[in-house]
Amino acid sequence: MTKQIHSVPTEDQALSGLQGALPRRDFLRYTGAGLALTGLILTGCDDDDDDVDANSGEVNVGSSDIGVLNYAYALEQLEAAFYNQVVTGAAGSYFASLGANSAERQILTDLALHEKAHRDFFKNAIPATSIIKELTPDFSAIDFNVGKRTSSTAKMGVLDAAMAFEDLGVAAYNGAGRFITNPVYLTLAGKIVSVEARHAALIRDMMNYNTFVDADVVDLFTPTANSAPGVGVGTGKEKSKRPSEVVTVANQFLQAGSKLNVSGLV
Amino acid sequence: MDLFQIIKEIEKVDPEVYDRFDSRRRVFKHLTGMGKKLTAAAIPGFVGALFNKAYGQTAGPSVNDVLNLALSLEYLEYYFYDTGLNVQGLIPNADRPAIEKIRNDEGGHIKVLREALGAAAIPDPGRAAFDYSGGKGSRTGPFAPALLPGGTALYFGVAQSFVDTGVRAYKGGAPFLMSNKDILEAALNIHSVEARHSSHIRTIRRGLAAGVSGAAAATTPAGADPKLSPKSWISGTDQGGPSPNTNPSTADVYGPGTNPVPAGVPTGITFPAEDNVVQAGRTITTDSSISTAAASEAFDEPLDYVKVKAIARNFVDNKTTLFV
Repeated sequence: MTKQIHSVPTEDQALSGLQGALPRRDFLRYTGAGLALTGLILTGCDDDDDDVDANSGEVNVGSSDIGVLNYAYALEQLEAAFYNQVVTGAAGSYFASLGANSAERQILTDLALHEKAHRDFFKNAIPATSIIKELTPDFSAIDFNVGKRTSSTAKMGVLDAAMAFEDLGVAAYNGAGRFITNPVYLTLAGKIVSVEARHAALIRDMMNYNTFVDADVVDLFTPTANSAPGVGVGTGKEKSKRPSEVVTVANQFLQAGSKLNVSGLV
Repeated sequence: MDLFQIIKEIEKVDPEVYDRFDSRRRVFKHLTGMGKKLTAAAIPGFVGALFNKAYGQTAGPSVNDVLNLALSLEYLEYYFYDTGLNVQGLIPNADRPAIEKIRNDEGGHIKVLREALGAAAIPDPGRAAFDYSGGKGSRTGPFAPALLPGGTALYFGVAQSFVDTGVRAYKGGAPFLMSNKDILEAALNIHSVEARHSSHIRTIRRGLAAGVSGAAAATTPAGADPKLSPKSWISGTDQGGPSPNTNPSTADVYGPGTNPVPAGVPTGITFPAEDNVVQAGRTITTDSSISTAAASEAFDEPLDYVKVKAIARNFVDNKTTLFV
């Protein structure tokens, strides 16, 4: 690679460059401050979950680019865990009851693979020194034995939950784009969010045909009668959600000790 | 070294020299004050940087360039859906509500982009500027039957190509909008809606191929031709899209972007074909032990502005100034 004139790092360099904490620790080791601090660091740190706040028990995703990557990793962990439970039948029988060539079986199988790929990607790409821990989901609000919920008071079915997760994911990526400073990361997030939007649209169509865009997720545009293009009410834009809004929903599906704190992303 | 004398000399051959100092007045103002503090040794470097900025390699598209390209694509899509809805019997009744929704969304996107651009917005090119046959104005391109009664399957194939090009174009354009967070977010919010449209158009195409409509169209029939009955996400390069063997071909919609990447694209961003399975140096098939197809489906790829324009230019009269 010979074309790197400017300071914007390549994907590889950017990700490994984030591991800057390691050399600094080495440096500290050779200073007086390092000697004095070492004892404190060792007692204050537990290898696995140093991202968990001791007081609140929350997992802090951090700030700026790493914060967004961890935030995305957290959401992908939720989705991957959910679809894994669906397709393995670990939590209920809905998937097993589907016909071999049914649309639901085909689609849920694909979605499980895609979300696993997203989760593993973040897990491998975020530097070990900055990554949040593996989260423990709480899917007790979901009935894995049914597709659609049977009444408004019943637990969510598999498709209800899939729709909620996919829509939430799209709104979350769109709302977090502004916190990304590295254009390479913005592009990576873009590569994933459109796939989530494809998922969301299809799950919504399966729930209720022609709701692939609907007023709950998109600010629909209504043209003025016989108008020229672009004249009317609304915007045709997806409704993005800020991290604080997203986490309120996501935390309902996470156990205590795995609940997210996104206070760094504002 | 009398900098202002130098600039005066340059002005004789390049009257726009002052405009080329792109952070314009502010940089220039600083220069006057800073001149006193700069040592003689530092001045050449500083002046070099300034002139490099003014006359160096073009920085690539501005925010307005990116938004106007998006606006052009939205007009292309808007008039395509609107025209299709006006052709008797072309769009099945079951699918009209969806196409009306998509047409309306594109109208909303036009509104949003026009508002963001203000006076810089390109004028509405009008329906006649577009040649949906893919004939660059001849009206006799390979997709000409798509807007005639009976052209339903081809119509949705062309729709898929437009919307997938749009998704890739917004993804490729986003890094150029990072200087304005609100405009960036608006573009992201349009980008995901385009992806939702793509998903639905692909669902309709599966339904047409299987002779069903409604939610049942979600099924991919066993052994179905993926060019006629695609998944709702892009699998590999989708075998070149709905019409890979025509001229123009839809293969470019799923193929790689311009190589080397065009001017101004931030270092590290590349434009592989949609069958790419390597992301940020990680090989997705290996990391997740999944098939090449699934690994490619899990990530959409961006497309650069040069390639996007080349694709879109097939669908306008070559006398227009759209997509140049």
